[in-house]
Amino acid sequence: MESGVFFTTYEADMALRRTPVQKIRLALFIVFVLVFPFFASPYWLNLANQIAIATIGAIGLNILVGYTGQISLGQGAFMAVGAYSAGLLTARMGLPFYLSIPIACLITALVGVVFGIPSLRLKGLYLAIATLAAQEIVEWTITHWPQLTGGTEALVIPSPMLFGVRLNTDFRFYWILLLAAGGTALFTANLFRTRVGRAFVAIRDQDIAAEVIGVNVFFYKLLAFATSSFFVGLAGALTAHYRTIISWERFTIETSILYLAMIIIGGLGTINGSFFGAAFMTLLPAMISNISRALRDVAPILATLLPAAQQGIFGAVIILFLVLEPEGLAKLWRNIKDYFYVWPFSY
Amino acid sequence: MDKFLQLTITGLSMGMIYALVALGFVVIYKSSDVINFAQGEMLMFGAYLTFAFVVQFGLPWTIGVLLTLITAAFLGVLAETFVLRPLIGEPIISMIMATIGLSSVLRAIINAVWGPVPRQFPGFIPTDVIQIGGAAIGLDRLIAIGVALIFLVAFTLFFRYTREGIAMRAIADDQQAALSMGISIKRVFAIAWGIAGISAAVAGIILANIVGVSGDIGILGLRVFPVVILGGLDSIPGAIIGGIIIGLLEFYTGGYIGEGLNLIVPFIVLIVVLMVRPYGLFGKEIIERV
Repeated sequence: MESGVFFTTYEADMALRRTPVQKIRLALFIVFVLVFPFFASPYWLNLANQIAIATIGAIGLNILVGYTGQISLGQGAFMAVGAYSAGLLTARMGLPFYLSIPIACLITALVGVVFGIPSLRLKGLYLAIATLAAQEIVEWTITHWPQLTGGTEALVIPSPMLFGVRLNTDFRFYWILLLAAGGTALFTANLFRTRVGRAFVAIRDQDIAAEVIGVNVFFYKLLAFATSSFFVGLAGALTAHYRTIISWERFTIETSILYLAMIIIGGLGTINGSFFGAAFMTLLPAMISNISRALRDVAPILATLLPAAQQGIFGAVIILFLVLEPEGLAKLWRNIKDYFYVWPFSY
Repeated sequence: MDKFLQLTITGLSMGMIYALVALGFVVIYKSSDVINFAQGEMLMFGAYLTFAFVVQFGLPWTIGVLLTLITAAFLGVLAETFVLRPLIGEPIISMIMATIGLSSVLRAIINAVWGPVPRQFPGFIPTDVIQIGGAAIGLDRLIAIGVALIFLVAFTLFFRYTREGIAMRAIADDQQAALSMGISIKRVFAIAWGIAGISAAVAGIILANIVGVSGDIGILGLRVFPVVILGGLDSIPGAIIGGIIIGLLEFYTGGYIGEGLNLIVPFIVLIVVLMVRPYGLFGKEIIERV
């Protein structure tokens, strides 16, 4: 009978995976994602790719919102910067995709810092509104600067090549996305074991106290914007190369809201929560449309109600999670684990 | 000069609509510190309700509008009771997301009931064009200014002289002190949301009369942010003056500098105001330095 998890060395306590069960779970998950594409149908592969991109974006947003406590409604804009940078570098300047992606990430990080400057004076609601303005300004720039971005026309990007292989199928691109998502998760998990990451968390919990104990709030806030935007830009750049055709409509305020919903439902300030939320918000609309398609013959009216149903359930899910489980799916997952861990005394 | 007059009057009518939406915004923020991202959808709902009562049910427009206002107030109270009240004391992001979820649900209801096709708004407001010193002005624009003015004055009087209005100002000033004086916070929050519902519905009716009933008019919910920031998030005169300034600014830039630019100028103003004077023209100044 165990009463908890205890360690006798600092190394064991600070390890990313601390217990044998955690290690087995991680190994199982890795085996699953490696084997999955060989058995999955194209439909599921497509969904898996969407989830991978969404996970990267959600982790990026979580660094800023969940860990550093700076609310951002500009996620869509930052993704747009990443996507258009990568797309234009490849389509106009002929850079290979593996060069265009890191450059796009750096550009997005820079733009993130610029729009992060208001955070030095503003917080909470006011910052949220400032990032909303950033979203509108970036969107407007894309649609009103046709010489650079093609304006409201879609931007077509040649499909990426790697070692002479054209990455134009879901199966081939899956591995790129897997690498990117895995790398993002690993980097972020480690980030919050360092001085920088802990400074972010200190700012979130109490910015005045953080300043008093010697955290340079100005610097770390901007660094949080840069780090977050870097990964959001990565998600955008990958979207561009995965879709090979992008338009501004993909990166509106709706996108910002969708990603905020992901991290709220998944769990603020958790990495597995970012993944859970990304998977949940990607699968939910897909499942709703599957159900409605299955019931099409029984109740034809469902087909016309589909967009409304997706929208309504989206809103209702956000509200239900906020009211019933504010800590999101990550907390539910922890509850399930705890239930089995201390079984049969599960209270 | 004619162009100037034309732009001034259309800008003024748009500014009045902004002021009405902003008023609901400010009332909610003042009493409960919540930013309502569903204000645009509440406005849309008001427009569609009037459309339903007057066109689909064939009621006379006076009764239709009255029923709309009652339903809108009721809807606001419902939203407060079931969505916002359980979240009292939660972090700001929860509040923001809750109202965003609410806006999504409202949009879905509108979509399910009325579909995505834009509708013709019942023309009970005359749209004759009259000449004022050489500028051709739609009568509906003038009526919009007049109606909005009446409502804004009525709300201002409400806050100044009625028992509920004074209770709301007391809560905004100091929640604990107000509580100890026997003011019911729940009641005041509900009234705040009811008022927000009514002012959004009035703005919706006026706007729909000018541009028609469609999902597009909900965008106003986002476009009103520059107004409330400029005027100050917690100031009712600020909402009115901010609304007028932003409305005029939009039409002047659209008319004199270039079409398209009018969409972004308010947001640039918003950023500038936030950097220079975050509490706006008339907002309460809260100083906290890090």
